[in-house]
Amino acid sequence: MNSLPATSRMQKISVLLFLAWVSFLFYAGIALFTSGFLLTRLELTNHSSCEEPPGPGSLPWGSQGKPGACWMASRFSRLVLVLVDALRFDFAQPQPSHGPGEPPVSLPFLGKLNSLQRILEIQPHHARLYQSKADPPTTTMQRLKALTTGSLPTFIDAGSNFASYAIVEDNLIKQLTNAGRHVVFMGDDTWKDLFPGAFSQAFFFPSFNVRDLHTVDNGILEHLYPTMDGGEWDVLIAHFLGVDHCGHKYGPHHPEMAKKLSQMDQVIQGLVERLENDTLLVVIGDHGMTITGDHGGDSDLEISAALFLYSPKALFPRVPPKELEIVPQISLVPTLALLLGLPIPFGNIGEVMAELFAEAEDSQPHSSALAQASALHLNAQQVSRFLHTYSAAAQDLQVKELHQLQNLFSKASADYQRLLQSPQGAEAALQTVITELQQFLRGVRAMCIESWARFSLGRMAGGAALMAAACFLCLLVSQWATYPGFHPLLLTPMACGLAGTIVCAGLLATTGLKLDPVVLGAMAAVGSLLPFLWKAWAGWGSKRPLAALFPTPGPVLLFLLIRFAAFFSDSFVVAEARATPFLLGSLILLLVAQLHWEGKLLPPKLLTIPRLCFSASTGQSRHSGTHALGLGVGLLLCIRLAGLFHRCPEETPACHSSPWLSPLASMSFLLLHLLAAGIPITTPGPFTVPWQAVSAWALMATQTFYSMGHQPVFPAIHWHAAFVGFPEGHGSSTWLPALLVGANTFASHLLFAVGCPLLLLWPFLCESQGARKRWQHLGNEAEARVRPEEEEEPRMEMRLRDAPHHFNAALLQLGLKYLFVLGIQILACALAASILRRHLMVWKVFAPKFIFEAMGFIVSSVGLFLGIALVMRVDGAVSSWFRQLILAQQR
Amino acid sequence: MKDTDIKRLLYTHLLCIFSIILSICIPSFFLENFSILETHLTWLCICSVSVTAVNLVLYLIVKPNASSKRSSISYKVTRFLKCCIYFLMSCFFFHVIFVLYGAPLIELVLETFLFAVILSTFTTVPCLCLLGPNIKAWLRVFSRNGVTSIWENSLQITTISSFIGTWLGAFPIPLDWERPWQVWPISCTLGATFGYVAGLVISPLWIYWNRKQLTYKNN
Repeated sequence: MNSLPATSRMQKISVLLFLAWVSFLFYAGIALFTSGFLLTRLELTNHSSCEEPPGPGSLPWGSQGKPGACWMASRFSRLVLVLVDALRFDFAQPQPSHGPGEPPVSLPFLGKLNSLQRILEIQPHHARLYQSKADPPTTTMQRLKALTTGSLPTFIDAGSNFASYAIVEDNLIKQLTNAGRHVVFMGDDTWKDLFPGAFSQAFFFPSFNVRDLHTVDNGILEHLYPTMDGGEWDVLIAHFLGVDHCGHKYGPHHPEMAKKLSQMDQVIQGLVERLENDTLLVVIGDHGMTITGDHGGDSDLEISAALFLYSPKALFPRVPPKELEIVPQISLVPTLALLLGLPIPFGNIGEVMAELFAEAEDSQPHSSALAQASALHLNAQQVSRFLHTYSAAAQDLQVKELHQLQNLFSKASADYQRLLQSPQGAEAALQTVITELQQFLRGVRAMCIESWARFSLGRMAGGAALMAAACFLCLLVSQWATYPGFHPLLLTPMACGLAGTIVCAGLLATTGLKLDPVVLGAMAAVGSLLPFLWKAWAGWGSKRPLAALFPTPGPVLLFLLIRFAAFFSDSFVVAEARATPFLLGSLILLLVAQLHWEGKLLPPKLLTIPRLCFSASTGQSRHSGTHALGLGVGLLLCIRLAGLFHRCPEETPACHSSPWLSPLASMSFLLLHLLAAGIPITTPGPFTVPWQAVSAWALMATQTFYSMGHQPVFPAIHWHAAFVGFPEGHGSSTWLPALLVGANTFASHLLFAVGCPLLLLWPFLCESQGARKRWQHLGNEAEARVRPEEEEEPRMEMRLRDAPHHFNAALLQLGLKYLFVLGIQILACALAASILRRHLMVWKVFAPKFIFEAMGFIVSSVGLFLGIALVMRVDGAVSSWFRQLILAQQR
Repeated sequence: MKDTDIKRLLYTHLLCIFSIILSICIPSFFLENFSILETHLTWLCICSVSVTAVNLVLYLIVKPNASSKRSSISYKVTRFLKCCIYFLMSCFFFHVIFVLYGAPLIELVLETFLFAVILSTFTTVPCLCLLGPNIKAWLRVFSRNGVTSIWENSLQITTISSFIGTWLGAFPIPLDWERPWQVWPISCTLGATFGYVAGLVISPLWIYWNRKQLTYKNN
């Protein structure tokens, strides 16, 4: 019996601490990766309004009272906005007329937009082509948000409503609707999600099928000219997708691209012919594309887009400069707002294109400059108001820089006011004010980009490396855990990590360097991981060959590899609800087949060749073999039935959601749970849990997640779970509903993680069925070691208690194996998200998958820790109870 | 074990492969618009019939286990009928397995069933030819150290590789390539066919490679 309770307790504590440390390694990796990948920003719901000017000071020209004018008198009453998806700048760039000696450039995408070139040559005061710089992420949804709100959308706009994609921030479309303008839209149906119900007339076409080059464009063309001639519109938006889809399908270097661009050229030509004097035409690409036709990242080709402005009446006082100007894409938002006589959207940080506000007819340079300055000043006031509100609500902007910018603004503003009071001010003073205001606006933009719109590749790589190292560690230690004399090693990393962190923190505190906790945590993780590995290497590398340290799980490794690879394909992530049961079913059949192959499934009397003897200590009987076959079939059936409960992902059009999305799902889960626990009965080995069982368990957790009607996308979260038990709502507290929704979403992860120790215990529990028979048949073989008074009763899980050292090692091993399988998944998600960050689907599929997987991992690891701690607590309690019993007997 | 045995094995396997190739080429002379992808079901039937026929003929010619003690007509007829029943049962069994693996339950029943038929052709028919309607022998062959001749060894390899091919064939289905062969069950049947052919090629080579290590207990 156990005579050393103190050592046993020490061991338990060290095992738990070690598991916690490994979880911490993963958390640090996830946090580091997330901080580099998922850029966050707070979304403000404030709105600009006509009546409320952005700052003190009289508005120029006293335009407030005039109809159709808000902060500024409108210059155009109507707007045609043609959005050509992925219209890269060089697609629209005029080609220099080559001399007779030079060969013409023959790339399919060059020089196809001839009408632009012609207009630019014939009417230089009416039209202008710019190279607009989009901000990453260069995905259509994010770009549309930017083009209407004037802000820098990140992947997670905190505060936004995850249940739908609708824009809650102030935007141009909202301002147009508020002003009572008729907005007509045609094209990409992403706009339907972003601006539900905002258009007075809309023709949406499906945007999902990237291989379809023509449906959207032809649909638009069918409605464009009739609508335009009909005249029932103030703003007409047409979003063409053909060029983008052509890029995705063929890439820009394909004859198809030339055809598509020529079609766009005809569209522009047609529009120009129909324009009236009060109308502005804007042709813009929302982003560019790489040489392979993809977009999403921040390379030069992806962020350069074309921007073309044209009006039948003269727009510009000067002819365009020789070199084309580069403007930030979001500059269009304040510019359009002021040109149309609307308030600038509240969250805009773009800078007005001052050139457009110089009055063309008026040749007086002074008044033209004054008009520019006043537009810029309005813009600056609005941006300053936004900054003020934002910095009060969130802390992610640099305080020092913010202060500097505010100072710059007050100086410029004061200068401007002074100029207004003495209208005879010098030309030079006006120019200074304009420069100051522009400086302020650019400074703000730079600061916001710094904190909102930049992937940090270093952090992403570091996080992924840390996760990979943690996975490796799990694999290695789970193999070592069964060797004797390993346990003293467990506590060293904690000591190292703690010491390292304290030293680091102290060092940072003394030097006054500010470092965010994520990096600190990662440093602590690395600082504790390296000494541990080094020590383990020193202790083990010399004694044994290296190959013995690595496990060879055989076909299960293949399954894990397939699962790993599946995270890199968006189709497989979308179809995971179907792929997981497929893999799970295969794993189960493989288990059954393997058992048969080993000859353990059926009694040998069925077979003509005698089988090898079984190891007697496995605690299984032949009777349980046929039992296992039945279980396997039942399990397959359950998995198939559970498949009926799935919910459709939004990407698959031909899929019918099951009508039974309801608590029914949980019923089949109890059954599954029991059966799954039954599988390891047949797997041998009393003190180790085989990889098959752990992998099947993890797969089952994923499968349950889907069968409970969840999907790893934000709109599929079951928000109503927040109101279970609280039909009145929760008042102002947010953590309780968050907890409820989290518990609903990650229930399967939690259940399976807490139940993980069952994998170890269950084979012993099931021993009782076959044990008696076996002892009758086999005689004294197995119970030679068993003491006589226990001969009649099967000892079941007491066997575990007899060898506490092995028991603790087995629990450690089980925990590490489970963490490894989960860690592989999260690592795959992270790698997929970072490698495929240019992928079309990154923000729609990979990033949400990563977030869900990370949350699931955290929940699972906490659950695993709790489960193992619970088992250990019970074991300790039973041990002490036994000791008391024995003491009582001895008296 | 002699090299002549292996040679015979190789030739029979080559004939089987040839029959599959013929089932692809020949029908296009007789049937209009015949192609594997578009008239897939027709091809499945033809392939299944031709492979079964070749297997039967080869079995009758080669007679790998010539140990039939009784040879009365009635015995042969019952044996044949039993084989047919076994074949049908295996078709239904595979159909159930496919449905359990996620094949649609109600729609595309014919497609799923023909897929089960072709997989049965690749796996059950050789088993029936070689081992007869004898479940115990089947179980024996498909366990460790259970094979007693190179014929059984090659049977083991071809069957397992057919299953693996079928299994791998399911992987392209969710991908969004939108190719005609991604439709259920075409990729799986093609996977099964490739797996079967691969097994036919590999097994003689494998046996030849390992002929020194292979010792069969005859009992």
